[in-house]
Amino acid sequence: MDEMKESILEYVIHEYLDDDEDEDIGYDTELISGGIVDSFSMVSLKRFLENKYDIQIPDADASPVAFDTVNSIAALVQRFKQA
Amino acid sequence: MTRTYEDRSQNFDWNLAAAELGHHAGDPINIGWHCTDRICALGKADKTALLWEDFRGEQRTYSFDDLRRLTNTFAHWLEKLDVQPGERVCLFMDRVPELYLGFLGVLKMGAIVQPLFSAFGEDSLWTRLDNAGTCTIVTQKKHVRKVRKILDRLPDLRHVVVVDADADKPLKEREVALDLHGLEPVDRYEVHPTTAESPSVLHYTSGTTGQPKGAQHAHRSLISQYITAKWVLDLREDDVYWCNADPGWVTGTSYGIIGPWANGITQAVLDAGFNAENWYRFMEKYGVTVWYSAPTAIRLLMKEGVELARRFDLSGLRHLCSVGEPLNAEAVVWSEKAYGKPFHDTYWQTETGCMVITNFPGMKVKPGSMGKPFPGITAAVVDPETGEPVPQGQVGVIALKAGWPSQIQTYWNNDAGFRAKHLNGWYICGDQATVDQDGYYWFIGRDDDVINTGGHLVGPFEIESALLEHAAVAESAAVATPDPVNMEVVKAFVTLKPGFEASADMELEIMNFIRKKLSPLAMPQKIAFIDQLPKTRSGKIIRRVLRAQEFGEPVGDLSTIMND
Repeated sequence: MDEMKESILEYVIHEYLDDDEDEDIGYDTELISGGIVDSFSMVSLKRFLENKYDIQIPDADASPVAFDTVNSIAALVQRFKQA
Repeated sequence: MTRTYEDRSQNFDWNLAAAELGHHAGDPINIGWHCTDRICALGKADKTALLWEDFRGEQRTYSFDDLRRLTNTFAHWLEKLDVQPGERVCLFMDRVPELYLGFLGVLKMGAIVQPLFSAFGEDSLWTRLDNAGTCTIVTQKKHVRKVRKILDRLPDLRHVVVVDADADKPLKEREVALDLHGLEPVDRYEVHPTTAESPSVLHYTSGTTGQPKGAQHAHRSLISQYITAKWVLDLREDDVYWCNADPGWVTGTSYGIIGPWANGITQAVLDAGFNAENWYRFMEKYGVTVWYSAPTAIRLLMKEGVELARRFDLSGLRHLCSVGEPLNAEAVVWSEKAYGKPFHDTYWQTETGCMVITNFPGMKVKPGSMGKPFPGITAAVVDPETGEPVPQGQVGVIALKAGWPSQIQTYWNNDAGFRAKHLNGWYICGDQATVDQDGYYWFIGRDDDVINTGGHLVGPFEIESALLEHAAVAESAAVATPDPVNMEVVKAFVTLKPGFEASADMELEIMNFIRKKLSPLAMPQKIAFIDQLPKTRSGKIIRRVLRAQEFGEPVGDLSTIMND
């Protein structure tokens, strides 16, 4: 689980924050409410998770709340990996 | 007691609205002054103008007198920076107070304000700054890196103003820090004597062909924005009003700044991403009474259910309106269940500057209809070829007779493009509709290839041009595809160059490529890799074939125009 969180966090930092951005983000940082990932960009983040973990996340489960932190995203991925 | 639509329509004259603002033809008129100094002069200096909160929970409150002095300070500071009246000053910020104060400050000193959506990538930003010949951009440190990447290609851009610069970090070429709240407030300021025809706001909007066009508004727009905000949003003295729109788009300025403040109304602003619970908490906390939202947001709230809404005290809500895309009947019915009130749909666009077809307060709402023309607006549904009104019930395009105060003057550096949107004496909006026997307008769809995603118009040309910059893309077509939340989203049909293979990773790479270059709105949410795009015999890509397939509509007989 920790490896998964690290991997998701790394992806978020790489794709949604610029290299010279000094924003300190962690597993509990609010990505959607905090404006780091907007609702449109959630689609590419969802696609990344589906590709990397070979899962399908139904749109109904891809809510802004479920995608709001790395912790909640990892829990969501875990749920579909086990399904 | 709210007056009826019929009452309002009788003997309506835009001059009556101007007279309410104390404006007489030929006198100077300045939006910045009307939204601040005039409200203070009416005895409301201590009234709250802005209740602001961000995603971290930081809060600030501004009175109308604070607004007056801080916009004076902003205007004075720009003058000292050598910004001249008539020059373009871009605001490229999240919904921080400096965005709202800066907007009115730029107008007070006579420059043209160019608000741009802060999620734009560097290519989208460059296109708009280059076209406008912008002299100054005001931004935040989180966005300044995008400006740095394109600075070399913007010779007209003299100043990059950073409103939250770190004192210990050196600024780069052309950059200057502005700590607006730390400056000595300017109490007396000579507002530039702009006239009704002085350009005020430059909002960029997308069309089917070419790059986005700068819709050039004038200070006279205030008259329409003031009276439509008062009548359609039904704003009253004690209201707390919340507009969900970002000032990077026209709703966020016409009704997120000008309309409410010209009426001396308290506005609440939440600088945070979408979260249903946070939104309800915000409305409860600040006692929001009038809410101007959008179908996409309403559909997201619908997904969270009625129960969530009922956990909060939203009893203060008195009037709800919506804009950006057609409000489906289900959303109207749902809002009655969730909030005890229907959303009132309003129709307008960047070029109209104000609402033109609306559901008035008190008017019977026909769920799914955009309502009736605002008093003073002459509208019709016309044949797109001839410009002749079509018989009642038939599909045509929405058309408006020129003459309302907030119609744009032209497109920046593109008057021919603006003239091309006129036919037989009508301004053609580009949306298909019908009118029923009661005079209500019903939206059918766009009459062009523009994609309306979440209430924002995205032009296919800009996306296709950016797609071609990706190393793997040979050809592409960007079209709308239906989406349950955003009404439409972008779908790209792509042919790949030899040596590249279609894959899920390639799809994600292209999506992220466009998101960063243009914006999250322009990012294709679906990509189809195909061998060949449908083209005319002369080689032009026929987007409408692809679009029709997406919507399950007939494509018609194409045998005479298509290649094999």
